[in-house]
Amino acid sequence: MAYVAIADRDTHLHDPQTFVTKYIWSQDHKVIAIQYSLIAIGVGLVALVLSGMMRLQLGFPDTFSFITPNNYLQFITMHGMIMVIYLLTALFLGGFGNYLIPLMVGARDMVFPYMNMLSVWVYLLAVLVLLASYFVPGGPTGAGWTLYPPQAILPGTAGASWGIILMLVSLAIFIVAFTMGGLNYVCTVLQARCRGMTLMRMPLSIWGIFMATILGLLAFPALLVSAIMMILDSLIGTSFFMPAIVSMGEQLAYEGGSPILFQHLFWFFGHPEVYIVALPAFGIVSDLLSVHARKNIFGYRMMVWAILAIGGLSFVVWAHHMYVSGMNPYFGFFFATTTLIIAVPTAIKVYNWVLTLWHGDIHLRVPMLFAIGFIFTFIHGGLTGLFLGNVTVDLPLSDTYFVVGHFHMVMGVSPILVVFGAIYHWFPKITGKMYNETLGKWHFWLTFLGTYSIYLPMHYLGILGVPRRYFALGETEFIPDSAHIANESITISALIVAVVQILFIINMVWSTWRGQKADPNPWGATTLEWQTPDTPPKHGNWGPKLPEVYRWAYDFSVPGAARDFIPQNEPLDPKIAPGRDHGVHA
Amino acid sequence: MSLAVVLILLVVGSVIFHFLSPWWFTPIASNWGMMDTTVDITFWVTGIVFVAVNLFMAYAIIRFRHRQGQRAKYEPENKKLEWWLTVITTIGVVAMLTPGLFVWADFVAVPKDAAIVEVVGRQWNWSFRYPGDDGVLGASSAKLTTPDNPFGIDPQDAAGQDDVVVSDQELRLPLDRPVKLLLRSTDVLHNFTVPQFRVKMDLVPGMVTYVWLTPTKTGTFEILCEELCGLAHFAMRGKVIVDEPDAYATWLAQQRSFAGTQSLAAADPVAGQVSYATCAACHGAQGEGNVLLNAPALAGQPGWYIDRQLANFRKGLRGAAPGDTFGPQMVGFASILDAAATRNLIAYLQTLPDPRPEQSVSGDASAGARLYDTCAGCHGVDGQGIWTSNGPRLANLGDWYLERQLKYFKQGVRGKHPQDFHGAQMALLMGTLRDDRAIADVVAYINTLGSGPAMAAAGTAAR
Repeated sequence: MAYVAIADRDTHLHDPQTFVTKYIWSQDHKVIAIQYSLIAIGVGLVALVLSGMMRLQLGFPDTFSFITPNNYLQFITMHGMIMVIYLLTALFLGGFGNYLIPLMVGARDMVFPYMNMLSVWVYLLAVLVLLASYFVPGGPTGAGWTLYPPQAILPGTAGASWGIILMLVSLAIFIVAFTMGGLNYVCTVLQARCRGMTLMRMPLSIWGIFMATILGLLAFPALLVSAIMMILDSLIGTSFFMPAIVSMGEQLAYEGGSPILFQHLFWFFGHPEVYIVALPAFGIVSDLLSVHARKNIFGYRMMVWAILAIGGLSFVVWAHHMYVSGMNPYFGFFFATTTLIIAVPTAIKVYNWVLTLWHGDIHLRVPMLFAIGFIFTFIHGGLTGLFLGNVTVDLPLSDTYFVVGHFHMVMGVSPILVVFGAIYHWFPKITGKMYNETLGKWHFWLTFLGTYSIYLPMHYLGILGVPRRYFALGETEFIPDSAHIANESITISALIVAVVQILFIINMVWSTWRGQKADPNPWGATTLEWQTPDTPPKHGNWGPKLPEVYRWAYDFSVPGAARDFIPQNEPLDPKIAPGRDHGVHA
Repeated sequence: MSLAVVLILLVVGSVIFHFLSPWWFTPIASNWGMMDTTVDITFWVTGIVFVAVNLFMAYAIIRFRHRQGQRAKYEPENKKLEWWLTVITTIGVVAMLTPGLFVWADFVAVPKDAAIVEVVGRQWNWSFRYPGDDGVLGASSAKLTTPDNPFGIDPQDAAGQDDVVVSDQELRLPLDRPVKLLLRSTDVLHNFTVPQFRVKMDLVPGMVTYVWLTPTKTGTFEILCEELCGLAHFAMRGKVIVDEPDAYATWLAQQRSFAGTQSLAAADPVAGQVSYATCAACHGAQGEGNVLLNAPALAGQPGWYIDRQLANFRKGLRGAAPGDTFGPQMVGFASILDAAATRNLIAYLQTLPDPRPEQSVSGDASAGARLYDTCAGCHGVDGQGIWTSNGPRLANLGDWYLERQLKYFKQGVRGKHPQDFHGAQMALLMGTLRDDRAIADVVAYINTLGSGPAMAAAGTAAR
């Protein structure tokens, strides 16, 4: 059994002794999680600066001489790819997945610690290769984050020779890193849970991360093969994605390839990718809401099934990104239907979050503010998805700012609010210190209101018909001057939101050094990570004896119990009526 | 508590914003009004959910916020409620999806009597082909595309001979007649969008895609490319003009057929030399240009560009704008040349040696190199000119001339005529040259061009 590697131990674990083995070549999932998170946040800040640059151009065109059309397209491309892959995917799975899985399921570590260590260093390599594209002739690719051929590898697009190759190689390296990490997460969840931790007693954070990892393991290979094929098209002249083409007035040697084939492969990865980011956010926010409302998550079983249903359905909706791609239009019937079906389990999750608040005892601490902010932004972003998923409604809106507004609300702002909420929530456990509540509140309010003032108007610019990925609008008859004013105001909001993130960084750095010492379980949470013998947890997490679980993760405010929470590892008390049959007897 | 108040304000504010927003669909000009209806239905359904769920959440926060001694209720699930919510959600989804699918069925089924027009996109312009009297478009291929046959029409295909070819960026459509637009690209992905028509579709190299619509309003509307197609994506604009059927028929009858463009008599450079005697007074005996007479170099410039500029002078697209001091001098000369004479003249110009004009503009060529990155998209890395993007040759043209024309574009002297598509595109791209200094820098860089490999290759290919 897999219990061997994670069993109770009387003898000492192989504790790392030197600084290098403790903090650099560490095999401890907690250190690896922090390494993953710091790299992801670091490269995310680069992407944030890029978005500021592109907003400067859009808000104040003809003002900044250092932004050319090629630069602008490079900004949007790198911004998008970094945010989706190198920040959100890496942070949710490499960061939170690494930190939370062993602690929440009661394991000593990941089941393959060495591979886990390799994962983070290979991830760093992927980031470095990506950033290296700023230092090669032509700079990074400006093909848009979807990297559509033929233009990605043809002149007329920035970085069509060096930049795109580095991008594709970096993605391939990232996928290797993700696979090493991902196999670990899946195996750890399936094999290394402590006694009593049945699947249906797992916290929803783990369910979300677990399912997202499975999606990643199934979806990333599609991106890998498309990256390899495009590299071959570019370097040795194969024609996987390249038909006969006249580029820059000259006949090229390509013939017979299909640009749409790439789009199918890309979105076969790309749509599950949305849920690779969303499902961990769904899971984590469920736990934040439950803990800070002092109430069990409403409809736990339905929540688990919804995660599974969304994960499964996410593999049969990809072509809703391609309604106007020129694919056979009959696909529209199928993909519109599957896409709107996904709205049902997603809506159920939203209802259950809100119903978790109902009859709760709501403590509006910083993590809870972010969690509730998430519900608002996610409702907004989810509902606009119903426009774009429904093929007919999508047609007028496709490729406009409505799309930009939608996906930023649903998979930009919403997951990021969860990231912030989660960092504040687990900060006391990770560092052993408390963050500054006032700074945290300012951070929340400015980020939450600022982002809404960025993205709400974008939807309406899109309805008007303003196209996305335009360096400048120029004089376009149907676009009134007021649209330019909207662009200015969006840019100002975006710059404010970007600057406000300094509050977060100051809070984290200051509190880690100088924060008040934190209680081991300051929120009164039930899940195992708050029940460790040490805070922050030491190597091996649990001391000599592994925890044993007796109940589900949501025994809050159980009638008859003295406290308003009962940790998962607290044995059942015959005097207290067990919480219905939610895994208690499983 | 403040959170709940803010949530309520956000909901109310969003609804007010929705109804007061100055940004809404452009007035529709096609048969696809049903698309707007499906958007409206979706707005109502999602709007109600947005308001209801958020207000409920705000209420829950107010009512169940933490107070001393309060305890939450233990309520793991409520099967009945969950099923009710699932059923209601499903009904809402069906209410949005069903009309959408019905309209989509209309979109997929093109009316049998629809006229056919082909839209060809290439970096970064539009051209159009009409099937002629036989109602059938001739076969075409990117492989056959040349400057003399820009549509790549198969010359062996009889059906293609009467195809009407239009390359001036204006699509004409008759009012109230269903039309199926066949979409084709010869380089990268593009997208044909007219906001007032609502429908849009990508152009994909290697295949033919389509949209169909019935124009319901006369007028001029903008065509935008909405699929990222490289650095000048934002400047890939065209126009669609919807005419009364009679006016449309009259216009169509005046256009050239493919056979007409291919069957011109062979050009005669000797005759061209005779005509050139008039031009030589200003442009120089060898077409080398003369700065004192404000005459640019003509030798080395590709024929299609000379042809288009002469036509522009004749049609008033160039040389007629206030502020254009020297352009008007050309108008009279251009108008004495008919099509055959123009061809002969061009043939003669191509026998002249490449000029190497003196340089008079001083700027920072290394700063200009960075700026030229944008120009290279259409004019080529060596300034050699690219016929598919309609970018003339810049190298060896005379830096004083380049500087003056760039300033004209910047000041709006050139590129303002509503039919001067290429000029307007250039004017839009002038946004990347912010001031006179940038213009001088980029011209200084162009002065260093003219001997690269692309230039040598273009010397034979582009004529």
